[in-house]
Amino acid sequence: MAYRVETRTTASSLAAVAGIVLIGVLIAFPAFAGRGLIQDLFFILTMLVLAQFWNLLAGYGGLVSVGQQAFVGLGGYAMFGAAILWGWDPVAALVLSGVAALLVAVPTAFFAFRLAGAYFAIGTWVVAEVVRLLVAQWKAVGGGTGTSLPREASGDMWGQAAIEALFGVRSAAARDILAYWLALALCVATIGGIYWLLRTKRGLALAAVRDNAQAARAVGVDAGAMKWVVFLTAAFGTGLAGGLIYLQKGRISPDAAFSVTDWTAYVIFIVVIGGIGTIEGPIIGVLVFFLLQSFFADYGSIYLMALGAIGIVIMLFAPRGLWGLFSDKTGIQLFPIRRRLTGGRLAKSKE
Amino acid sequence: MTILSLTSVSKSFGALKVTDDVSFDVAKGQALGIIGPNGAGKSTLFNLITGNILADKGTVTFDGRDVTRVSPMQRCLMGVGRSFQIPQPFSNLTVFENLVVAASYGSGLSERAVTDVCADVLERCELIDRANQTAGSLSLLGRKRLELARAMATQPKLLLLDEIAGGLTEGECQALVATIRRLHGEGMTIIWIEHVLHALNSVVERLLVLDFGRVIGLGEPAAIMASREVREIYLGIEV
Repeated sequence: MAYRVETRTTASSLAAVAGIVLIGVLIAFPAFAGRGLIQDLFFILTMLVLAQFWNLLAGYGGLVSVGQQAFVGLGGYAMFGAAILWGWDPVAALVLSGVAALLVAVPTAFFAFRLAGAYFAIGTWVVAEVVRLLVAQWKAVGGGTGTSLPREASGDMWGQAAIEALFGVRSAAARDILAYWLALALCVATIGGIYWLLRTKRGLALAAVRDNAQAARAVGVDAGAMKWVVFLTAAFGTGLAGGLIYLQKGRISPDAAFSVTDWTAYVIFIVVIGGIGTIEGPIIGVLVFFLLQSFFADYGSIYLMALGAIGIVIMLFAPRGLWGLFSDKTGIQLFPIRRRLTGGRLAKSKE
Repeated sequence: MTILSLTSVSKSFGALKVTDDVSFDVAKGQALGIIGPNGAGKSTLFNLITGNILADKGTVTFDGRDVTRVSPMQRCLMGVGRSFQIPQPFSNLTVFENLVVAASYGSGLSERAVTDVCADVLERCELIDRANQTAGSLSLLGRKRLELARAMATQPKLLLLDEIAGGLTEGECQALVATIRRLHGEGMTIIWIEHVLHALNSVVERLLVLDFGRVIGLGEPAAIMASREVREIYLGIEV
């Protein structure tokens, strides 16, 4: 009997079916959900995208960046710039969001990769601050005080009129629904794409480099190239998410778009409490974060301290996060990447 | 046919000459043992062959190409497989996955194409029953076997073993040596650094003795072990 490799488990097959049903339900959601719920879901989906990319960076690539807000802000500003200066449709301008982030990510990586560990984290943060200060000089998009999307851009995006007619809603609500669908598509593509990457031999090499870079190089893995792939992919995806977030908000300012709290600290919190180095972790994390924020955000700085305390408690008692705790106890994995060798002599030994 | 040759290779760390004008050849299918007291420069010599350390002077030729300045990754792709003195497994991956990384990157094949290669190496290295266990959970012998198997999975033309028998019990050592002897019997070219001399001498056809970075003996093991110089310097026996 020949050897075979298996990855799927019963739980993952069930999860795949449940996932497809869930995506279907989420697509149909605007038909019966109110505007507030759509906005909440938009927030959850975009934060989940940011968290998945940060997890790819830190959890799989070992690159603990504290500067991802640079790419969120660049994504937002690239979209605004194209809409205001060139009159592009904001939806089309989203492509520029990803490209702008990618263009800045190349020199950032060139310098930041010379740094390791904590120095890398600080280096990326410094780059993000520099980008924020530079963008604040850009008078055409409002300089330091920011600006709003022009009326003709925010009221007449691709598909907006069709959504207004379909659901019988006003222009602003139609924009929310459009942004929500785009966020859903981006989120599904992100999770699907990352899962696909981890299932390929590149994903295995990434795990090998994380475990032991020297040994990985000794078996022919280009550890440096892996870091580049991960950093540029995360920058592109984070830029796209940034563009989308500001397409929905309709207003942008440097302090908000390059906020280290909103786009990196919260994202790290989500990944850490959910479970770093797993795809399931950020999904759990973003739901917990959303609940905490809905109930306690009004408490201001006490809320931030509580978030910090929760983060510390989880790191101490469940270093692999809530999902890690659950997965260790039950053995359940919704996105399995473990390759199991079966058949051959292994089949005989089982009988 | 010569697969590896070092010509007048030297390497210094500051004022300390760790490799001093070393020259030797290894023929295809041969097994060469390298011995020498602690600090003689064995590991440095090894790293000069794998590319982890670059030579100050001299040339390293592998498979007909000058590789003196070639990176470890490139040398791996050309067919230099190595084991580490202290096992360095990918701890969170399974034994099988460790081999898949090595086989698919070391030989440039797709993941699907290397399943049989990996299973075959696991069988030959007697790790097949541990295939789906994480590498971090292996015993010392298991990890040593994994070092051997992972190097073999890159389908090397030359296998470098760095003190692979060190730290094992007598029984474990014999089991591992039997595996290595079988691989060599199948035609694998091997360079092996080892302190456990009886293990080494039961496999290799030639022995190279290093002392203070210089080659002080090279030849058939029995003759080398019997030579006065080696006994004095390496074994510390007053003659």
